[in-house]
Amino acid sequence: MTEVLTAKPPATGGSTPADDRPAARSRRGWITALFLLPALVLLGALVVYPIGWTVVRSLFGAQGFTHFVGLSNYGSVFSDHQTLTAIKNNAIWVVVAPTIATGLGLIFAVMTERIRFATAFKLVIFMPMAISMLAAGIIFRLVYDQDPTKGVANAVAVGIHDTFSSASHYPGAHPRPINHQLTGPAAGPFTTPPLAVSSRPVNLPLVGATPDDLKGASQAAGPRSCPGGHLCGTVWMDFKPGGGTPNAIDPGEKGLSGLRVNLLSGTKVIAHATTSKDGTYTLPAPATSGPVRVQLAASNFTAPYAGVNWLGPTLVTWSIIGSYIWMWTGFAMVLIAAGLAGIPRELMEAARVDGANEWQVFRRITVPALAPVLGVVLVTLMINVLKVFDLVYIIAPGASQQSANVLALQLYLSSFGGGNNQGIGSALGLLLLVLVLPAMYVNIRRFRKENAR
Amino acid sequence: MTTLQSAPATAALSPAPPARRSPGLLKRLAGRSTGGLVRLGLLIIALFWMVPTLGLLVSSLRKPLDIQASGWWSIFTAPASLTLHNYTSLLANPAISRSVANSIMITVPATLLVVIIGALAAYIFAWVEFPGRDVVFLIVVGLLVVPIQVALIPVTDLFAKVGIFGSIASVVLFHVAFGLPFAIFLLRNFFAQIPQELLEAARLDGAGELRLFTRVVLPLGGPAIASLAIFQFLWVWNDMLVALIFANSSAAPLTVALTEQTRQFGTNIDVLSSGAFLSMIIPLVVFFAFQRQFVSGLTAGALK
Repeated sequence: MTEVLTAKPPATGGSTPADDRPAARSRRGWITALFLLPALVLLGALVVYPIGWTVVRSLFGAQGFTHFVGLSNYGSVFSDHQTLTAIKNNAIWVVVAPTIATGLGLIFAVMTERIRFATAFKLVIFMPMAISMLAAGIIFRLVYDQDPTKGVANAVAVGIHDTFSSASHYPGAHPRPINHQLTGPAAGPFTTPPLAVSSRPVNLPLVGATPDDLKGASQAAGPRSCPGGHLCGTVWMDFKPGGGTPNAIDPGEKGLSGLRVNLLSGTKVIAHATTSKDGTYTLPAPATSGPVRVQLAASNFTAPYAGVNWLGPTLVTWSIIGSYIWMWTGFAMVLIAAGLAGIPRELMEAARVDGANEWQVFRRITVPALAPVLGVVLVTLMINVLKVFDLVYIIAPGASQQSANVLALQLYLSSFGGGNNQGIGSALGLLLLVLVLPAMYVNIRRFRKENAR
Repeated sequence: MTTLQSAPATAALSPAPPARRSPGLLKRLAGRSTGGLVRLGLLIIALFWMVPTLGLLVSSLRKPLDIQASGWWSIFTAPASLTLHNYTSLLANPAISRSVANSIMITVPATLLVVIIGALAAYIFAWVEFPGRDVVFLIVVGLLVVPIQVALIPVTDLFAKVGIFGSIASVVLFHVAFGLPFAIFLLRNFFAQIPQELLEAARLDGAGELRLFTRVVLPLGGPAIASLAIFQFLWVWNDMLVALIFANSSAAPLTVALTEQTRQFGTNIDVLSSGAFLSMIIPLVVFFAFQRQFVSGLTAGALK
């Protein structure tokens, strides 16, 4: 240890004769003490002493130092299901968040390395590092909002979903409760009784379509006869302002367009059609001669896709990890880019001249040369992730806070946010400290090694 | 200095030297097209990265009724009237304007004290020998990673006994204490690089330690002190947890005032979005004005 710090020659110790005079020496002693005192007092009182206090306090119960409970706080910590959720989530955090942030940081650093004007890109990625976790939490609370007209994540999810699967047209529409033509469960499908194919149209009345759904709909087509052998009919909104006659197409009642109509033989769909603007549909002649049924498919009536429940109990931890990656990828990128700038260019050029492609250069030269930096970034992020609190506290809505629980949040909840048990809180605090001890060791060793050089 | 803090780190945000030209024309063309692809990819990623912040900014400029009626992105198809209304009503709220003042009254002293106390100690660790110095310094290095959560409960107890719990001073003291290991670590490494001849020459001229410190070490340590100050400033300004525990309602900074608002998220997006953006303005200005110092502070403190 001594050789470490004496590598930087000490300034004192008799390089000038004046320094050896006892008066000067004692004066220097005083000044040394005076300079160090504020730092040591603060560190001692607010960092070192609290660690000792926490060790002792964790052996006492909720009531205070009067109730010695031994190790039972630790027992409760490791059996309480809230804390176990927190430990499980912390494990997910520690594995997932640093890995993805470092991986993305590496990719971004390498992508921007040989591109001019990459500074703007780096600024954009790095910017979230400057803002508070609280602000980032509010930003992502908004991104993940369940309502697709507020949260951009669900707006995109719904947009993509509706592009690839046809949106249902008339959620909530249904036949009148007493209807001899159509029956079925509340949300569809609605099916007619078995019928014989004839030229008589099979008209299917519905009610309950919302005015919004009927916007732009045109007058339902009246009864007509079907072309030979075909099955046809009209699906319409059997209601108009003022009522209208049930089961009859009155003037002013609208046709329901875009509905999927199935032709069933038994339970098998043998043909299908889509209603046109005036609500009419035409199904081809069935090959079988037996009775058939006409069905309005359930997909016409399902509630609209509401998007992903980002902040629900299943996804909440992953969603919050997403916001953390958004914040910290810039950190990884900047450190890795700094490391990248330190790799001798000749090494890569030589490999390229030898015929290595870019992927091989990346795999065999860049990544190994960056290994120390990648290690530092990973470890830094791991320590940081262990202590994550603000993001979880802000982003997780009350209902899924338990599912998103992490150790730092559990500590807060058990000692400050209502729990009021400082014994448990101290045990949790100590657990956090123990988890960062390896990093403390690495830090000290790294420092000593660097100073020994 | 640690390895990571050397020159390249400070230049990390500026472009790397352009690649040397590859020889063959075909190869060059291929390189150009992949270059174009990479550029396109970077553009898409950058847009993707900006969307969340943009959403907050746009939301903060919309009327509360508009926020409830449609998504913020609808301003691109139907440009609605943006307004500073949310900000003016936010600042007219006495609790919020009080909390902004508290944020400043917490952040400025916490930054200055860390710089001053840290520099004094770092100078001793770098240039004055005393028994046990190395051990004490290694302890300080060890304290770099101590989670603040360990100290929340005991310091609550301690502050309550001393009678400062709930005050601005309690928040400041806690931030200073937990900022010190990094401050001492960063500054000591920087001070140790000052050429010894410089110090000895000053000593020969009869300068005392105080004079050496203020006239030689502090001016030469400028860059490191700037990094530290920016880093500490942002750390304290952005803190929520420490103030949530120690500050009572009259000492609460902006972050804590906003945290209370998040409980009714959904109905008060106008207050939250403008408040969050307000809290981001100072960090963003500091960030864009001092990127270089920020990055070098960050890389130096990599293992914090």
